[in-house]
Amino acid sequence: MSILVNKNTRVVVQGITGKEGSFHATQCKAYGTKVVAGVTPGKAGQEVEGIPVFNTVADAVKKTECDTSLIFVPPPFCADAILEAADAGVKLIICITEGIPVNDMVKVKRALGGRDVRLIGPNCPGVITVDEAKIGIMPGFIHKKGIVGVVSRSGTLTYEAVHQLSTLGLGETTCVGIGGDPVNGTGFVDVLPLFEKDPETQAIVMIGEIGGDAEEKAAEFIKKSVKKPVISFIAGITAPPGRRMGHAGAIISGGKGTATEKMKALEAAGVKVVKNPAEIGDAVKKALGR
Amino acid sequence: MNVHEFQAKSLFAQFGVPVPRGKEITTPEAATAWANELNTPVFVVKAQIHAGGRGKAGGVKITKDKGAVAGLTKELIGKTLVTHQTGPKGRKVHRLLMEEGANIAKELYLSILVDRDTGWPTFIASTEGGMEIEEVAEKTPEKIIKEAIDPAVGFQGHNGRNVAYALGLQNIEPAVINPFVQMLGNLYRMFMEKHAALVEINPLIITKEKTLVALDGKVSFDDNGLFKHEDVQKMRDLNEEEPLEIEATANNLNYVKLDGNIGCMVNGAGLAMATMDVIKLAGSEPANFLDVGGGATKDTVAAGFRILLKDPNVKGIFINIFGGIVRCERIAHGVIEAAKEVKITVPLVVRLQGTNAEEGRRLLADSGLKLEVANDLWEAAQKIVKLTGKAA
Repeated sequence: MSILVNKNTRVVVQGITGKEGSFHATQCKAYGTKVVAGVTPGKAGQEVEGIPVFNTVADAVKKTECDTSLIFVPPPFCADAILEAADAGVKLIICITEGIPVNDMVKVKRALGGRDVRLIGPNCPGVITVDEAKIGIMPGFIHKKGIVGVVSRSGTLTYEAVHQLSTLGLGETTCVGIGGDPVNGTGFVDVLPLFEKDPETQAIVMIGEIGGDAEEKAAEFIKKSVKKPVISFIAGITAPPGRRMGHAGAIISGGKGTATEKMKALEAAGVKVVKNPAEIGDAVKKALGR
Repeated sequence: MNVHEFQAKSLFAQFGVPVPRGKEITTPEAATAWANELNTPVFVVKAQIHAGGRGKAGGVKITKDKGAVAGLTKELIGKTLVTHQTGPKGRKVHRLLMEEGANIAKELYLSILVDRDTGWPTFIASTEGGMEIEEVAEKTPEKIIKEAIDPAVGFQGHNGRNVAYALGLQNIEPAVINPFVQMLGNLYRMFMEKHAALVEINPLIITKEKTLVALDGKVSFDDNGLFKHEDVQKMRDLNEEEPLEIEATANNLNYVKLDGNIGCMVNGAGLAMATMDVIKLAGSEPANFLDVGGGATKDTVAAGFRILLKDPNVKGIFINIFGGIVRCERIAHGVIEAAKEVKITVPLVVRLQGTNAEEGRRLLADSGLKLEVANDLWEAAQKIVKLTGKAA
């Protein structure tokens, strides 16, 4: 078992003929992911590493029965690309693109609301179910099949946590990057119940950062509905208010969204909060009594 | 990106939001000329800096004397204002806004931003105009009115009426209800069309003449939306930005200057914040946030070094790279090459992990460069803190 994606997931890569798109489509395929189609308007009939390219997602769905999209389309055209995937009937949309205007995402999120489709990202590393499917830009080799579910707002910081889990022999089930933008498709509270239900996942690592109140919402949910141990790190305790720390979502505004507040909320919900990002793996081990 | 009050007000005017007649002024001569043209009983001269609290810091002058505006202009231009938002160093005033005074009957608060929880643009309004809204929200939360706008259909009249009646405009001044509703529609249009991140009017006033006027204005824009708006890009004022941050942006680096003395260079925003946090845990303070991004090369590493070393507070540098798609041996080559170009005068600790980390570490160890190599995050942080001494 796993969550969101597995060895049967059929992936279409939107923006597959671009530099990023072709590189990562190839990497995902090499990991064992079923990458069955690519889309670039005007380039139907071409192939990228044996993956057929179509003009539209609708064509790709018709010909290849793909059910999941991985998007590398540049920011000005990305909102359109997400909506195209949804309209074509793709059920899971994973958007890697960084730099989509927030007000574009506002409209996309509203348009997807109430429909049978899940968006992950944008501005995220993607989703990997270890040894089954890598649908994103994370380095596959640092992952090791195991028992910990990881959900994170960050990219390389997730790799750091995964590396610790793998090195300690705990391994991961599925790792989900939800992205660093203020308006995104999937939040902590959407992923946590999936891990709670997944029989293979024995503990959950949740990596948050300053800005917004996604961690506080997660804390409320955990208190009520999560029985598995949750270990959390929140990046940005040293970040000053009013400054954007790289991610568009990582900004402390009006005294809200500080790391300290988030840590307090999570601790009150029974989450083991680690202050030192080098100790995430050890904390999981301890929580599992290993 | 933030803009000045006079720029915010020019956008308001474009979108049909009423503002006082005013003009950007930089010289006493221009002030006198504009005062003659304005020909109004009261003149207001306001320092233009990207920070709030200007009034209390002496950055806003009011006079009834047309002859006094040149002197006030001379006084304010070049002055350094220290407010609760500028930090102790303050901000130098380069430009002013001079406008007509208004007869205030009532001050309100109004803003629009995206509510991250719902993903909907949301108006925030209060009868407590002219106050810090955070303070109002904390002390009297019942005085904060929120109205979310459905982005599928955009602003509707009832959205505006909901805010107007919740504010009690029917009791304060019924004559402004319709213009108020219309104004909210205009602000919503401006917010969405211009890709604003925040539009704030504090205070929005009801005048004794029963009209609405945006007496102050603050607009910040979503950096990711700027590519669509050349007019907004032109409003950028480099005087208001940290010179090192401008240089970083020009090199595609994401840099924020802080006050500590350990410079850090990291790939990825989350890991960069975590690296700052771990430096503090090890007993020192980070000098900056610096994300070199996913495609770090020799050139980006060299640019990073140059920027870090220009900060006189930097007593040591900590490079933390988790190689994913970026391969560590490339980063190692980058560090070695960059170190040849840029003379590194402070202790350097490099931590490489991930793709080809071992090869990268070996390259660094064999390079003859004066640096320490580390495997693990905590070990690396302790090393750099030991080499530079703990924070005072």
